[in-house]
Amino acid sequence: MGRFHRHADGTVHAHDHDHPGHVHDHADDDHGDHSGYATASERIQVLERIFDENDAAADANRRSLDAAGVVAINLMSSPGSGKTAVLERTLAELRGRIRAGVIEGDIETGLDAERLSGLDAPVTQINTAAGWGGECHLDAPMVAGALHRLELDGLELLFIENVGNLVCPAEFDVGAHHRVMICSVTEGEDKPLKYPVMFRAVELVLINKLDLLPHLDYDLALFEHNLAEVNPDATVLRVSARTGEGLEQWYGWLLDLLRAAPTPA
Amino acid sequence: MHELSLCRRIFAIADRARGGRTVETVHVQIGQLRQVVPTTLAHCWRLLTVETVLDGAGLEIEHVPVELRCKACGALSTDSDLLALACGNCGSRQVAIERGEELNVTAIEVRVPETVHG
Repeated sequence: MGRFHRHADGTVHAHDHDHPGHVHDHADDDHGDHSGYATASERIQVLERIFDENDAAADANRRSLDAAGVVAINLMSSPGSGKTAVLERTLAELRGRIRAGVIEGDIETGLDAERLSGLDAPVTQINTAAGWGGECHLDAPMVAGALHRLELDGLELLFIENVGNLVCPAEFDVGAHHRVMICSVTEGEDKPLKYPVMFRAVELVLINKLDLLPHLDYDLALFEHNLAEVNPDATVLRVSARTGEGLEQWYGWLLDLLRAAPTPA
Repeated sequence: MHELSLCRRIFAIADRARGGRTVETVHVQIGQLRQVVPTTLAHCWRLLTVETVLDGAGLEIEHVPVELRCKACGALSTDSDLLALACGNCGSRQVAIERGEELNVTAIEVRVPETVHG
């Protein structure tokens, strides 16, 4: 459906506004005579990425972390996979060796931050319900606010525990250096196929709750096959945050990251 | 689930671009590999714009299908297996995503103020 314009020279034409790339470049006084006609519409090219603002904030977060010599890990999973349990074990293990901190993301409550207190690691909480609707993920501006509350110069390693969710956190760069996820054996073998974007976004997957295997009909090899279908490059570690089984490899992976990280100028 | 956050960004971009004029339509491009549900996005857009400066502005969604360029054989796949993201011709996983990750505001349509010339 076109919009009709009558120009000062008497010519009348219609614009088809369904064409991408069709730009109307009228100078302010060049609209012609529109009297007697409904108002016309004009298409304005914008071409802006919806994630530009978030990604710029994420880059700024990474620069702040780099300047302080902190390696940051965005830790993601569905609710109840054991993110906080893995962190409890990890902070206790690294205490006295690595100066680690945590940003806790939850829609509501400071329960996880309380669980992680007393492990000699600074913990700061983001409650995403402060925004309208209770965001289902952390974004870079939220993490920027939390970074200001931490003394980064005193840290070497920062865990950013994302909101439990297998969809949205994968879309938002928060400014971490590495993306890790936890998937527990109680979640079934099909999760990589159902949430490929998340499983493709990470470099390491911890398969947690290994101690529950005797009670489940869970096919570990099938899960790893499904994971390789969507992300053949991911490192996979089988662990139990409850018994500590397999976590030595996780600590080793973290220590390797810190050794490989450039020292701040 | 994050459609509301996306709508907030779309709102901010459109509001800046409109320069005080009334917006009739906002055009966005959503790639197939983005986890965006178009009907949810449209619903969030109505929810977010009601009784604001963008009240009544439509959201026109252009769906961009995935296109993969194979680094092994050079073929362009448009109907590849989205799970594995493998080349539709030779099956290689070494592919570059050429299209399908878009999440852009491409244009807005604004109402032109009525001018009457003497």
